[in-house]
Amino acid sequence: MTPPPDEAPLLTVENLAYDYGNGRGVAGVDFRLWPGEVLGVVGESGSGKTTLLKLLGGQLVPSGGRILYRTAAGEVVDLHDLPEGKRRLLARTELGFVHQNPRDGLRLAVSAGGNVGERLMATGARHYGRIRAAAEDWLGRVEIEQGRIDDIPATFSGGMQQRLQIARNLVSGPRLVLMDEPTGGLDVSVQARLLDLLRGLVADLGLTVVIVTHDLGVARLLADRLMVMQGGRVIEEGLTDQVLDDPQAPYTQLLVSSVLAA
Amino acid sequence: MSNENGYNFAYLDEQTKRMIRRALLKAVAVPGYQVPFASREMPLPYGWGTGGIQVTASVLGPDDVLKVIDQGADDTTNAVSIRRFFARTAGVATTTRTEEATVIQTRHRIPETPLSEDQILVYQVPIPEPLRWLEPRETETRMLHALGDYGVMQVELYEDIATHGRIKRSYDYPVEVAGRYLTAPSPIPKFDNPKLADCPALQLFGAGREKRIYAIPPHTPVRSLDFEDYPFAIEHPGVACALCGDSTSYLDEIVTDDRGGRMFVCSDTDHCGKRRDEDRNDAAA
Repeated sequence: MTPPPDEAPLLTVENLAYDYGNGRGVAGVDFRLWPGEVLGVVGESGSGKTTLLKLLGGQLVPSGGRILYRTAAGEVVDLHDLPEGKRRLLARTELGFVHQNPRDGLRLAVSAGGNVGERLMATGARHYGRIRAAAEDWLGRVEIEQGRIDDIPATFSGGMQQRLQIARNLVSGPRLVLMDEPTGGLDVSVQARLLDLLRGLVADLGLTVVIVTHDLGVARLLADRLMVMQGGRVIEEGLTDQVLDDPQAPYTQLLVSSVLAA
Repeated sequence: MSNENGYNFAYLDEQTKRMIRRALLKAVAVPGYQVPFASREMPLPYGWGTGGIQVTASVLGPDDVLKVIDQGADDTTNAVSIRRFFARTAGVATTTRTEEATVIQTRHRIPETPLSEDQILVYQVPIPEPLRWLEPRETETRMLHALGDYGVMQVELYEDIATHGRIKRSYDYPVEVAGRYLTAPSPIPKFDNPKLADCPALQLFGAGREKRIYAIPPHTPVRSLDFEDYPFAIEHPGVACALCGDSTSYLDEIVTDDRGGRMFVCSDTDHCGKRRDEDRNDAAA
């Protein structure tokens, strides 16, 4: 997707680096992300995909470089330069983070309704009826029966937990959603349903998404643009179809040719 | 300030009291904030009121009159032992009458008799951190306090309503002190929560095992957390005390036999006794 020239990027990442202390991590990552764009990040295990996402989500502090984010108010802020309070507020209003393992992103001892309502309550909602109505609405949108609103997520299937995690993130109307292998660990039919749902939500809400995956099918289905990582660096970048149909880097060629045809 | 039996006045040495008073001053200056202090070993086990005793020892002067209550009663083991402890180590006068006391150490109750400006109420606190069961990391709870980020407690109350149809939590009901810090009022019944607000007496909270002191200064606004459509409300069994006939005090349920017999009596023994004395005097007059 070519960016409209008059619009400023939502996210600007400049020379981002993180070192785990053993020379591994990510280095020299540069990219820009425009509103409404879905960026796929693919690469082998250990290539730094998740590290990159954690840096964007604020779970890790970069050892170099900057992450500039344009807030809803139009202000450009460095995510790691913000005071902790502001950063947390931003993280629970304008940002979403979908973990690979839904157990990392959910409160397992709290009912589905409470999980969805948490962001609302954290930003000052104090009307039980309205919080519950919002939770019911979102459970419906991610195809969880409303009768299960008071059940705890531990009683949910893996696919339901993942959908609940998505609802919990989207309830605050975020502008940028970071997803770490949202379909990992799910069987193919559940994966297909989740992808369908995600594609619908992304289109309906006009979300900007960074999605990390090692599944090229997921990348092709969801992503407008693709970044291929290897050894902590971005080795290829371009439109999804372009990268997948005409890979340039040797590793990308290997990756594309390794996909099994069903 | 020592007496002949070998103890310093009120058991603790003066340097320790000084350290605790510094913590108390900070606690009063920042209402509801948990101030760390170097809690000492006391001659009784943790959980029996070591925090309260250290605070009482630090604020007690020779002219003070001490009252100690446990679950509202003056005559329970804990209350009797602590009262006798200070009578022996500080030689202060003790009383069971709320209005005569200048320092009241309490566990689980606020006296029914309204407190006055020249009184200090000292609470024994088992768990000072209201977020303890919601966030296991102390580093994180301190961060949440620093940022005033208390949504997680609201989630807990949401869960209560979702499960039970109302906020079920009946003791240690979380409060917001002076519009800022989320504070655990120690395990007092939520019936007593309204008495925390705008109280003329100084309220000090000591947690010995957890090494924290916090305070609610006189006439400080205290708000019990709730939802707009599920406002905070106290509950009462709706019967009067079987001994003194008070229908507004906090009642204990006492099982009287094994055939379902029970009676409700005031948990505040001083309050109940005073009312019965007045009734007797009225009858004699």
